[in-house]
Amino acid sequence: MLQAPEITPEMVEQDKVYREMGLTDKEYDMIKDIMGRRPNFTEIGIFSVMWSEHCSYKTSKPLLKKFPTEGPQVVQGPGEGAGVVDIGDGQGVVFKVESHNHPSAVEPYQGAATGVGGIIRDVFSMGARPIASLNSLRFGNLTTGRVKYLFEEVVHGIAGYGNCVGVPTVGGEVQFDDSYEGNPLVNAMCVGLIDTKDIQKGIAAGLGNTIMYVGSKTGRDGIHGATFASEDLSEETESKRSSVQVGDPFMEKLLIEACLEVIHSDDLVGIQDMGAAGLTSSASEMASKAGMGMEMNLDLIPQREANMTAYEMMLSESQERMLLCVKKGEEQEIVDIFKKYNLEAVAVGTVTDDKRFRLLHKGEVVADIPVDSLAEDAPIFYKESKVPAFYEEYQRMPEYAPNVTDHAEMLRKLLQQPTIASKEYVYDQYDSMVQANTVFSPGSDAAVIRVRGYDKALAMTIDCNSRYIHLDPETGGKIAVAEAARNIVASGAKPLAITDGLNFGNPDKPENFWQMEKSVDGMSEACLRLDTPVISGNVSLYNESNGQAIFPTPIVGMVGLHESLTHITPSHFQNAGDAIYVIGETAAEFGGSELQNVLEGKYFGKAPAIDLEVEANRQSQLLTAIRSGLVVSAHDIAEGGLAVAIAESLFTGKGFGANVAVEGDLTAALFSETQSRFIVSVKEADRTAFENAVEAAAFIGTVSNNGKLVVSNNAEEVINEEVEALQQLWKGAIPCLLKSKA
Amino acid sequence: MKFAVVVFPGSNCDRDMYYAAKDALGEEAEMLWYKDANLDGYDAILIPGGFSYGDYLRCGAIASTSNVVKQLREKADAGVPILGVCNGFQILLESGLLPGALLRNEKLKFMCHFEDLVVENNETIFTSSYKKGEVISIPIAHNEGNYYCDEETLARLRENNQIVFTYKNNPNGSVADIAGVTNEKGNVLGMMPHPERAVEAILNSADGLKLFQSLVQNWRETYVAGA
Repeated sequence: MLQAPEITPEMVEQDKVYREMGLTDKEYDMIKDIMGRRPNFTEIGIFSVMWSEHCSYKTSKPLLKKFPTEGPQVVQGPGEGAGVVDIGDGQGVVFKVESHNHPSAVEPYQGAATGVGGIIRDVFSMGARPIASLNSLRFGNLTTGRVKYLFEEVVHGIAGYGNCVGVPTVGGEVQFDDSYEGNPLVNAMCVGLIDTKDIQKGIAAGLGNTIMYVGSKTGRDGIHGATFASEDLSEETESKRSSVQVGDPFMEKLLIEACLEVIHSDDLVGIQDMGAAGLTSSASEMASKAGMGMEMNLDLIPQREANMTAYEMMLSESQERMLLCVKKGEEQEIVDIFKKYNLEAVAVGTVTDDKRFRLLHKGEVVADIPVDSLAEDAPIFYKESKVPAFYEEYQRMPEYAPNVTDHAEMLRKLLQQPTIASKEYVYDQYDSMVQANTVFSPGSDAAVIRVRGYDKALAMTIDCNSRYIHLDPETGGKIAVAEAARNIVASGAKPLAITDGLNFGNPDKPENFWQMEKSVDGMSEACLRLDTPVISGNVSLYNESNGQAIFPTPIVGMVGLHESLTHITPSHFQNAGDAIYVIGETAAEFGGSELQNVLEGKYFGKAPAIDLEVEANRQSQLLTAIRSGLVVSAHDIAEGGLAVAIAESLFTGKGFGANVAVEGDLTAALFSETQSRFIVSVKEADRTAFENAVEAAAFIGTVSNNGKLVVSNNAEEVINEEVEALQQLWKGAIPCLLKSKA
Repeated sequence: MKFAVVVFPGSNCDRDMYYAAKDALGEEAEMLWYKDANLDGYDAILIPGGFSYGDYLRCGAIASTSNVVKQLREKADAGVPILGVCNGFQILLESGLLPGALLRNEKLKFMCHFEDLVVENNETIFTSSYKKGEVISIPIAHNEGNYYCDEETLARLRENNQIVFTYKNNPNGSVADIAGVTNEKGNVLGMMPHPERAVEAILNSADGLKLFQSLVQNWRETYVAGA
């Protein structure tokens, strides 16, 4: 490990020490220009983390600017800890997603746990009470011991942290593909509730005001975590275990309660959590945003270990720490509030008006940097973009026409595919009900959390089908947003906004950058048409292992509003005798489908088509029908197509069955992944009204109480399966894979 | 009737307990921070779930050494109804207010879902509104909910009718399917399942409400003239 004091500014330049920190020669020269001298070791370390992709978005910024971020519902767009959307009654919903991919690849328990902790801090640093967590996970196929270990430990980590901190984990998704084998994805989303008058900002304003530090002491863990997150994983990655932080959810719980009390103090000016790049990013961003400077005395920073250098303190990513800006002279009031929770708030610096970021340590100035150069003015790079050859090949391919002879057997196989199979093994380990507001917990299309004391609820989902994006990033990007919105609408809520978690490979490879560009284009178009602006997000690049990039995975976290509790609609069938409808016509579309995976073991061809006009109209008609009380249950049709969607709608354990008739090509009718479709159940008496309300609805059958799924095609019975047996296969698939020998 | 909800650092079902008493039940309730809690003047004391002191050392062990637990022992002796749920149950066990101990779940994993409970004893102040043998749906959410006691203690629990709830399908390996037990006097109940999370139909079960209603009814019959 590099040791600060011995390395002179000359050595930093001559030995190109900055390269080990992830800076290029060009960036070093820019820094030298900004400083007007050679930066010292501590300073170059500070630049290296602030200019890392994780903190500066230096490659993704030109793309992020394309996202629609405005709308009458948006109270706070991207740029603060998390975005805020108005939900009426003076309340706002606060949410954001964040990745913790690289830490989870080397230390899955702590990597995942601190991912949860970090995103929760982003939300309560806005002044909001965290009310729900969701997560989106990607692993290799569950065939090797290593992948099983990563999967189990990531889930343990999320459970270990989330359960203790008292925020229900209400939803999520897990998918498996070889492309994630060496580089799993762990994206955590947190949703909070706030009275909009209480919204806090991460600013250090007011000359002479005091900067206070609260929470865990600073140790040597997570040093250079942000830089680590911004490079490819390789064989040497294992040696970066010290870049992984260690979480303490008990401390976080105390911080939540204390911070939510402190925000009501008039003496608080600004508050921000110390996330990626720790003290460096929180302090410099708070000063830069306020148009001020900051001076900090590092001797005053609470330290866990002896003899820490300025470099180590500034780059540590020790968890559960917050930075506050407090009115000068009023520090004691803040100290007292934290003391109640056995926490120590310590004055460590002051706000200056010289726009410098100045650090003192042991009586010496150890860093003196123009603060804006770290935050607002960090460089932006325009990367080269190139259409990948494989994409052009996919586009030229003839339509993939799968050959299925036994459709019942295929349905059984699909239900056992890990991506489709029940995730009960995962979510049973999460406390999904703490806070006593959970209406629908994991296992529904969208999780639903009622807003206590009001006739309204929030629907939330996190989703991304990266196979489609691999085949066609622009179409796949549209589908990712549309599918999230489908989940929200099926639950009876109006989609409000999204947070995006962009996970891609190395952007220096033009083909990877093209994927980013096109995904963002597709997502932006869908966000505009579906009126779901982007209010926050995260970018994780360099998701590669040994030179192989992951499938492009721009995860969409979406929140919607139920304007009345009576609109809340389950995704499962509820009564025998109800009519079953499919909304939306079906074409033969198998590119990127689960069926293709089963038959071919890979994905190729064209992604399913999507028409955003059709999508928007269908969603709006379905929502109107739900609000009029015409819909008993609604479920979107996704991986595995109609047959899987019907089976899932039956997995209630209440003995329901279904008699369904489908027309035309059986394989397409049952397994095609045509977009913009739903399966809904309707009371017999409401059929005419429902058909008038939803144009593209086709009656396909009836819910029965005989526990059998019976499907006929052109008057011939093609599937006759016990629902209970199907459910057991679906439920048992993941535990079975985990138990089998690697 | 006035409920106290004792809040330890790391409690996280404190609000749920408070709202169950105040909103679902419509009674008075207050949350008391453990440091300055004074338990005088409350008609029942609720010890909520969560991870007091982060479950460090042993679940409930550090909380059981706090000053407020000393008061809790006095109140238990005085016959005040005390309900400990999940981590609250663990604290009551660590404090010696209830017999037995809680081990890690048999499958060594945290689990959270609804379980069917059987009301084994409806002649307590906590369960008089249920029928004996009634099956109720109440969520569990725990990692250390595997109730253990030795044969002798189990025999005594049975003899004194202290086993109040059992699991219909034992999820965690608890001895004799035990989900909740009282002290000998019957005024202290500890249970792993969360009745406070099942007090409204919108939360997928209101079966826990009768537990709180039983407390209110018994209190009225005992203390309110003419009730």
